[in-house]
Amino acid sequence: MRDSTFAPVRDAFRAVAGTIVPEAQSLDERAWTELESAIDTGLQTRPDSMRRQLRIFVRAIDVLPLFRFAKRFRALDPAQRTQFLLALQDSSLLLIRRGFWGLRTLVFMGYYGREEAQRAIGYRADPRGWEARR
Amino acid sequence: MIEKRADVVIVGSGAGGGTVAQELIPLARDGRKVIVLEQGPRFARDEFTGREMDMAPALYEDQGGFLTADGTMTLAFGRAYGGSTVVYTGTSMFPPERVIGHWNVPGLDHSDLDTRARKFAEQNNVHLLTDDLINDNNRLFVEGCRKAGYKAEQFPINVKGCKGSSLCNLGCPNGAKQGTHAVQLPNAEKNGVEVVTRAEVVRIEDRAVIVRVSEKRAGTKGLPSEWQPGEYRIASPIIVLAGGAIGTPALLLRSHIQGLPPAVGEGFTCHPAHILAAEHQHDITNDVGHPKSYYLDRAVEEGFVLETCMYFPFTTAKNLAGFGAPHSRLMRAFPRLQMILVLACDHAVAGNRVSVDGHGKPRVHYQFTKQTIDALIAATRASARIFFAAGAVRVHAPSADPPLLERADADRIDQRIDASHFKPGKISVSAAHLMGGCGMGPVTDSRGRVRGLPWLRVADSSLFPDSLEINPYLTIMALADRVAEGVREDIGSLAAEH
Repeated sequence: MRDSTFAPVRDAFRAVAGTIVPEAQSLDERAWTELESAIDTGLQTRPDSMRRQLRIFVRAIDVLPLFRFAKRFRALDPAQRTQFLLALQDSSLLLIRRGFWGLRTLVFMGYYGREEAQRAIGYRADPRGWEARR
Repeated sequence: MIEKRADVVIVGSGAGGGTVAQELIPLARDGRKVIVLEQGPRFARDEFTGREMDMAPALYEDQGGFLTADGTMTLAFGRAYGGSTVVYTGTSMFPPERVIGHWNVPGLDHSDLDTRARKFAEQNNVHLLTDDLINDNNRLFVEGCRKAGYKAEQFPINVKGCKGSSLCNLGCPNGAKQGTHAVQLPNAEKNGVEVVTRAEVVRIEDRAVIVRVSEKRAGTKGLPSEWQPGEYRIASPIIVLAGGAIGTPALLLRSHIQGLPPAVGEGFTCHPAHILAAEHQHDITNDVGHPKSYYLDRAVEEGFVLETCMYFPFTTAKNLAGFGAPHSRLMRAFPRLQMILVLACDHAVAGNRVSVDGHGKPRVHYQFTKQTIDALIAATRASARIFFAAGAVRVHAPSADPPLLERADADRIDQRIDASHFKPGKISVSAAHLMGGCGMGPVTDSRGRVRGLPWLRVADSSLFPDSLEINPYLTIMALADRVAEGVREDIGSLAAEH
């Protein structure tokens, strides 16, 4: 079995994930494990090179703010974190925009793929359909 | 390698392959061997849980997130007994006369296609849902269209005993959807056609296919294959390809068949789409009821089609632009969300094509043309007007920056939603109507015969020489019916040569 994709960059990944979905900051360890495991499942069919690239991207997100804020990403305050990720999202380089879009998508998959999160936002789809509502 | 023989091999079991399988029942009854090879598994009824994270990996290639080569769009296509008909919403549109005329394929007549499409519409129980089964998400679309000066039309859909789970795109948990998995394939099997699942066609040789049958992995959904795992070579005088607009051209390209028309892979179109959401003040019924009951066809006037839709939490989150608190706020408004899917009627252009990499895996090259971007912007603006007219308090538009429009912005929609904010790689664009790659004309004739290779036929949406500008499955079935007719006519002579 392969290690969790973000295990080597766990602290930085969780700081990024908590900025993308602020509610993730209050997850307990069990929920984080569930989130990260959903991402691993999602990446199962992707090549190993993609997992490596994702780790490099998260590392870069953690380190690059040193040049601007003299702090790693995980040490930034919430507003600075958001500001930094917005810059990636709006980057003039497609490679950066695409990388951030991919990372953001994985975080959403991990967070909103959990039934607990689905219930929390009021999602109630049920195979029984109308019968379950009437 | 295990050697086998057949009279006809059909690759794929979706709208195209499933139809050909059924229409070749007369051959099976005459004692000819007809084999359908499907890459995905067959599912037991109780495996359709409706849970997004269970079903998306089981039913879709790359969980529905197959990336284009430059990573700016995701493509969704099914891998299962029944192909993408297991995961569509069952919206059943007849081939549009204007588009078929524009295709200008010698030997292809609109009225013939329409007659065949109507035959399948009847077989698959296509009808309009009664008013009591329409949810608020759809009603608000109709009302918003009316107030904004548009006329929404109701989708005919192919369900039987629909309970309104809203989970169509995750495979109906109630078996209500009448795709090829429910109608044509069971009929074909009952009448002697053999369907083999978990059977991936690795390549095609001259009048033969090389197939890899996979084992069911522990802990995954789906039934084991009907055949023992292993590699097979099946010799057959006729091979019909129906693996979809990515699978079919990719298979042809990696097979390096001598004499293959050079245009294979060209002309890929896909109706690029955005999912738009708007928040109402009160809860509405959105995640219950058939999700896609109405549409607005503006293909002629503005190059787009709007359809009602409702997606699942992860899919919704992915398709909303941005992140952080504004994104979370909208997600927490889920019970108050109205959604519209906007589709651009893109056109075949040079460069938008399917190729294969060094391992034979498909790569889809797609650039958004100005025309496609303009259509998406016009569609987003129209949707914003419809949302506000329906009473929404805020509208989420990915091509606005910031993406949220408040009611106060309702009179500035054209300024706020602008092509300058359409930034590939930043905003989510997805597509599920995959078309072209083996177009009638340059690659095949109007009955799917590959030019110069009469033993090789194509019977899926890759035949479309340009986009269809509406949901494609009935048109695929009608074309596949013509392909099957050609196979029935030619089998005698081709089998004699073999």
